[in-house]
Amino acid sequence: MRLRAETRREGVLLLLIVLVLFGFSLVIENYLSARLFNRVSASVAILAILAIGQTLVVLTRNIDLSVGSIVGFTAYFVGQQLSLDNDIHPLVAVLMAVGLGAALGAFNGVLVAFCRVPAIIVTLGTLALFRTILVEYSDAQTILTVNLPQWLIDLPRLNVVSYERLHLRVVVAVMLGVAVLFQLLLRYSSFGRRLYAIGSSPEAARNAGFPTRRLVFTAFVLCGALAGLTGFLFLARFGNITVIAGIGQELKSVAAVVVGGINIFGGSGSVLGAVLGASLIDLLENSLIRSLQISEFLRDALLGMLILAAVAVDSVLMRRRRDR
Amino acid sequence: MNARMDERGSRSPNPPDPMESSRAGPAPAAARLAAALGARVRSWEGFLAVLLLCIIAMNALTSPSFLTAENQVNLFALSIEKVIVALIMTFVILNAEIDLSVASMMGLSACALGWLVQQGVPMPVAILACLFIGMLGGAFNGFWITVVGLPSLVVTLAMLIGFRGLARVLVEDRSIKEFPAWFEALGQQPLVGPFPLSLIIFFALLVLAVVVLRYSGFGRQVYVIGINLEVARYSGINVARVKMLLFTTSGFLSALAGILFAARLGTVRGDMGLGFELDIITIVLLGGVSIFGGAGSVYGVILSILIVLYLRNGMSLSNITGHLQTGVIGVLLILSAMIPNVRSFLAHVVRPGRLR
Repeated sequence: MRLRAETRREGVLLLLIVLVLFGFSLVIENYLSARLFNRVSASVAILAILAIGQTLVVLTRNIDLSVGSIVGFTAYFVGQQLSLDNDIHPLVAVLMAVGLGAALGAFNGVLVAFCRVPAIIVTLGTLALFRTILVEYSDAQTILTVNLPQWLIDLPRLNVVSYERLHLRVVVAVMLGVAVLFQLLLRYSSFGRRLYAIGSSPEAARNAGFPTRRLVFTAFVLCGALAGLTGFLFLARFGNITVIAGIGQELKSVAAVVVGGINIFGGSGSVLGAVLGASLIDLLENSLIRSLQISEFLRDALLGMLILAAVAVDSVLMRRRRDR
Repeated sequence: MNARMDERGSRSPNPPDPMESSRAGPAPAAARLAAALGARVRSWEGFLAVLLLCIIAMNALTSPSFLTAENQVNLFALSIEKVIVALIMTFVILNAEIDLSVASMMGLSACALGWLVQQGVPMPVAILACLFIGMLGGAFNGFWITVVGLPSLVVTLAMLIGFRGLARVLVEDRSIKEFPAWFEALGQQPLVGPFPLSLIIFFALLVLAVVVLRYSGFGRQVYVIGINLEVARYSGINVARVKMLLFTTSGFLSALAGILFAARLGTVRGDMGLGFELDIITIVLLGGVSIFGGAGSVYGVILSILIVLYLRNGMSLSNITGHLQTGVIGVLLILSAMIPNVRSFLAHVVRPGRLR
């Protein structure tokens, strides 16, 4: 039976995750517990949503380095509105975050798709710009948990279903919903297939008559919207938001996408891959912190090596397949 | 598969071709000179030069202390680490690659220096060891890029995280400040005339960069690889060797910059130089070097270094804070990439009758 390249990649990632779980269960006592699932799944959810947005952009042979600043901006802005007025409806708050994120993403999108500035330059610029606007706007104030409405503080601990001590958090359910939606969209809708086409060959996509500019623009808007949603979840999870919230998330999201087997030059990869990539990275981070033999400080060094290893293995596998 | 096939990012048109002006016939010398000058001004470097003059004029008018020698040396010394790395980053981006790990390598070499000194290693040995770490780290990047064939964006992104992690392993959350007095003096006090050591190193490297890129065969190879990898391969250029050399040098110079940074501050911490890679890449791209490789010059980068430094200095002198400065530089970066496109767009609109 011949499997599709994407399916094989996802299988390898799943295998890696199982290996990591198995390896750590030998080192750490009581490692495989409900607590591990509850904690890791909640933190994976935040990174995974961001990585799904990044996937859309990377598929079109672009990159969005400003997502960390968008997360920080929306988390701060929505946090501030909710602190000022505790009676804002939860749905309105979510829409506010998603809308603000989409607006910031649209700014990137206009510059990339219609002004034809390379994405890495635009988003490097807006990475600095959005952060600056946040610092100026916030006046160095901090959002404090005590001022936030109670429903938001309870949100991270809210469960959809529970089985004994195993909880499926709302946050995780939201992530799964987003993942399924975008997986279907990319796999079966013409919009999704066109994103792949642009990434594989921008010229061919243009010649085929696709509105490439509008499609790239839409990818950036969706990426911004998902970063906005991440910002909202970030606010719910941490409560206290300073102006440096979300710094470095852009690199983590790119790392998750790359580990998840999405080609950095566009055209191949899947949402499921991005979710698995985010899970692997987050699981390792969480487990390395708990493992007493490994210093907390060694975590990043190992994470860097893991990304290299994952990409190298992927590249070697893909090359062998091509050669055959 | 290949991002650099997309050439829309190339700006910085070549300087006027001598063949072009001779073909123009027996035009008066003055007219020819004016035409050449006009072409220069319309080139990217010309635009940067005009921008730079405006900034200098503005700074000099708003603050009398701007043009003093002391301020000039000071504003260079304050960003010297970034500026040194920007020189080698120019080569790397011209080669259609990128090195995101430079700032982490700066941090790693500075932290390794602190750690070694704390272990009782003599200072000169520690410095040499750190430079060696830089070369090793750079060669490590180069190995994955040239031998395994991974994209440099991914490799150096991983090492951005990896090198930083190693730096944190060495100093954890402490700060180390047990450096000998002569080392700190080297970083903080003038060595020759008003110039500290770091500035002298920078000027030496600058001359070297200009000579290598413009007048050496190696420099031409860097361009050719950046313009078209296949052509470079078929014309017998050892592409792997050139790339390996560039990434090793990038690691080496980043380590050097990290040591100079440690000497200037007199203390090292795990988060030294965090985020500097963005500033460094901004300088290079603003200098007109195409992100897709093959187009751009050292002169543009020199102008862009001056623009960024003067702009930051001018804003500091008029009490504008660091964060707002970063935002202004970010806007400048986007605008600088947009202007060539807007110009070609306008040319299209103004002369719609001209097909091709």
